[in-house]
Amino acid sequence: MTVATSPADRLMRRMARAGIDDIAHKVLARERLSIEDGVRLYAADLHAVGELANVVRERLHGDLAYFNVNQHVNYTNVCNKLCRFCAFQRLPNQAGAYVMTPEDAARKITEQLEHPVTEVHMVAGIHPKLEYAYYLDLLRAVKRARPSIHIKAFTMVELDQIAKKAKKPLKDVLPELIAAGLDSVPGGGAEVFADRVHRLSYHLKISGEQWLAIARTVHEAGLRSNCTMLHGHIETIEERVDHLDRLRRLQDETGGFQTYIPLSFHPDNSEMADVPGPTALDELREIAVARLMLDNIPHVKAYWILMDVPVAQTALSFGADDVDGTVVEEKIYHEAGATTPQRVQRGELVRWIRDAGRVPVERDTLYNVIWSDDESLAPVVAGRHRA
Amino acid sequence: MLQVPSSDFGQPVAPSAPTGEPASVPDEPARRESASPGASGARRESASPGASGARRESASPGASGARRESASPGASGARRESASRCASGARRESASRCGPHAAEVERAAGRVEDGQRLTPAEGLLLHDHADLATLGRLADLVRMRKHPEARVTYIVDRNLNPTNVCITDCGFCAFYRRPKHAESYVLSRDEIHRKMDELAALDGRQVLMQGGHHPYLKSDWWCELLADLRARYPAINLHALSAPEIDHLSRIEKRPVELVIQDLVAAGLGSVPGAGAEILVERVRQIIAPKKTSTDRWLDVHRKVHEAGLRSSATMMFAHVETGAERVEHLERLRALQDETTGFTAFACWTMQPDGVPEQSLYPERATPGTYLRVQALSRIYLDNFDNIQTSYVTQGLKMAQITLRFGCNDFGGTMMEENVVSAAGCMNLSPIEAIERQIERAGFAPRRRNSWYGIVDEREGAPSGPQSREEAATHAAARSRPQRLPA
Repeated sequence: MTVATSPADRLMRRMARAGIDDIAHKVLARERLSIEDGVRLYAADLHAVGELANVVRERLHGDLAYFNVNQHVNYTNVCNKLCRFCAFQRLPNQAGAYVMTPEDAARKITEQLEHPVTEVHMVAGIHPKLEYAYYLDLLRAVKRARPSIHIKAFTMVELDQIAKKAKKPLKDVLPELIAAGLDSVPGGGAEVFADRVHRLSYHLKISGEQWLAIARTVHEAGLRSNCTMLHGHIETIEERVDHLDRLRRLQDETGGFQTYIPLSFHPDNSEMADVPGPTALDELREIAVARLMLDNIPHVKAYWILMDVPVAQTALSFGADDVDGTVVEEKIYHEAGATTPQRVQRGELVRWIRDAGRVPVERDTLYNVIWSDDESLAPVVAGRHRA
Repeated sequence: MLQVPSSDFGQPVAPSAPTGEPASVPDEPARRESASPGASGARRESASPGASGARRESASPGASGARRESASPGASGARRESASRCASGARRESASRCGPHAAEVERAAGRVEDGQRLTPAEGLLLHDHADLATLGRLADLVRMRKHPEARVTYIVDRNLNPTNVCITDCGFCAFYRRPKHAESYVLSRDEIHRKMDELAALDGRQVLMQGGHHPYLKSDWWCELLADLRARYPAINLHALSAPEIDHLSRIEKRPVELVIQDLVAAGLGSVPGAGAEILVERVRQIIAPKKTSTDRWLDVHRKVHEAGLRSSATMMFAHVETGAERVEHLERLRALQDETTGFTAFACWTMQPDGVPEQSLYPERATPGTYLRVQALSRIYLDNFDNIQTSYVTQGLKMAQITLRFGCNDFGGTMMEENVVSAAGCMNLSPIEAIERQIERAGFAPRRRNSWYGIVDEREGAPSGPQSREEAATHAAARSRPQRLPA
């Protein structure tokens, strides 16, 4: 005779089989997981870790899965940081090097005026010759081209450079950038915070502690930002967990991170082309562990353009609640061998999310709802098309 | 009102005040104020959890430069969530956990965990209402029970399509050409030998040989070809002639299908591919393939193949005009025949690929990977009497294929040299095999080469194990019921 058991009992039995019932108890009690817990989650059965992450994901977001209509502008590929994992960078006089003028960038924006773009994601290399005024002009030109657009621009690495060029502290620079049009800050350039990884793979760039300090300053200036980790190259599991923990601790302090985005290392055309990079199952685990460790960051994004659609869809059941957006002309990962399209239509994003069993929500950068399948939530603003 | 908090699964627990600990999430969820922000133009309060309490005040944030209202971690953790995952009136809940079918799905899932067989109704319930993670978890459970050895198999094989001439006119097929069409072909024996030589050089174990329903190529043509290849390439199994092709031979020769099969087996046919099943429901076949072998006939050809001592595989092509119930019916028909004969070695499914097919306008857009994964996982759960489930990396790509290894699949299918030959201008390329092995290894399994009957033929395993010939395979299965039909 089978004894009837509750769903919760069955869940805990599965967690016990996977050897993580103690972690599951903490998660259900909303207690913070330890560093050791994080390391164990990287070794435990993927379905168990995923199921636990899904509990948290559904606790936070139910069935909602977010996307946005955005475009990318990579205003220059010139960079003097020589990061070993990067295939995008060019030296100033190298073939293929380019810099967009503010007008060039604005043209990229006006080209998309007929599309309901709400955000521009603007990041680039660290070009040593660009002056402070360039960055301000860039923001102004983009904002002029489309006043309603949300400018999410300049990673912490670029902000560090911009402050250097401005020859004043970042906290004094940020209000000027904001006045010129900066609305929020993306999460890139964090790589893996550990000093060892910094030394071996991106030593010319700001360190992990510097990245976090800049993020703190950004949040203190009233801007939200995202955060990331470039995983799957030379870092250890312990270094990944340490990275997540440092993000978590800064978030305790500032609350300024909106979304965590694990970035999968793509090896092609980089100096680390011999490192295979994460597989699909690795990416699912990365999403799941992050969702469990980052208990104070609201969103975890399965960035479709680098994971590809199968992984992004599956990730929506492994802890992710966002798939990023329409993108338009992604360059950085495509230089590194990404084979996904460089853009996708809005309707496709909606289909992906529905087929993954979730409820699509078009958001703006700050997660205001623009449209949703869920009518209780969707303020269908006049003039916006439906999926 | 403060709701009584409860655990994530609806069991009430004592209310507890927010502790202020970093990890704690406030018990009072931040509720969205208004669903019609557009009317007032007022800033919506908390359309999304992430933004709640953290949004900058105005479009010109720089002006204020004000810090966010709250630096406490709880603020950023403020969710639209209800304190209970399933409390009535909860703002946000997951349909698969709290929806009207949640209890039934949980019950069906429990039955799978207990090793029981799903009814068609339960199959449909899971198809329609189980979430992807649950399907994946259950499929993985079934797969691990059947294959505890942490191995994923594949076969070094190639496609060989002797002819593209076909009179069956399936609107979803971009391969076939009508007789006398400028692009129609029948491969010469020399061309076939050349392709087989390439496969033999790679230690190939199987040739998957199927083609159009040619009006003039009859059993004698096929038998001669099979016998020739059998003699020249004894190590390569002839996995050939899908059920509709065998049925076609029977029809154009006006003789019972058993006799056709008998001749093919005598000539050297080693196993039968599962193609042409599409969806084994007449309503669907009438729409997509009205001239093709019917459901009952498709099943009967496989029954007779099994009775003749051969093993075969089974397939499903879905995401076109069929309903969820029809997908389950398809699986049910296969499961029922497998109960009867035990002759199927494996099942594989894939989504219809609509680009450029003759009746493209009849078909919906290409299904997204999530649809494939859902049905793929369900098939592993439902087909409890099938030993092996193949992934479909050819239609879904390597990333999805790796995911399916944890969503029910234990086999990577064939290496299908043909595609490489075309793309690499005739030069054989082993890198796909390396790529397949890497995906398998990084999923935590040992990649192992197999033969057509899922016997292991891999030097890493030492001596071959499992069935090594059609006769040995048959004694594992159909011969139990009809030993007298075994070929000598």
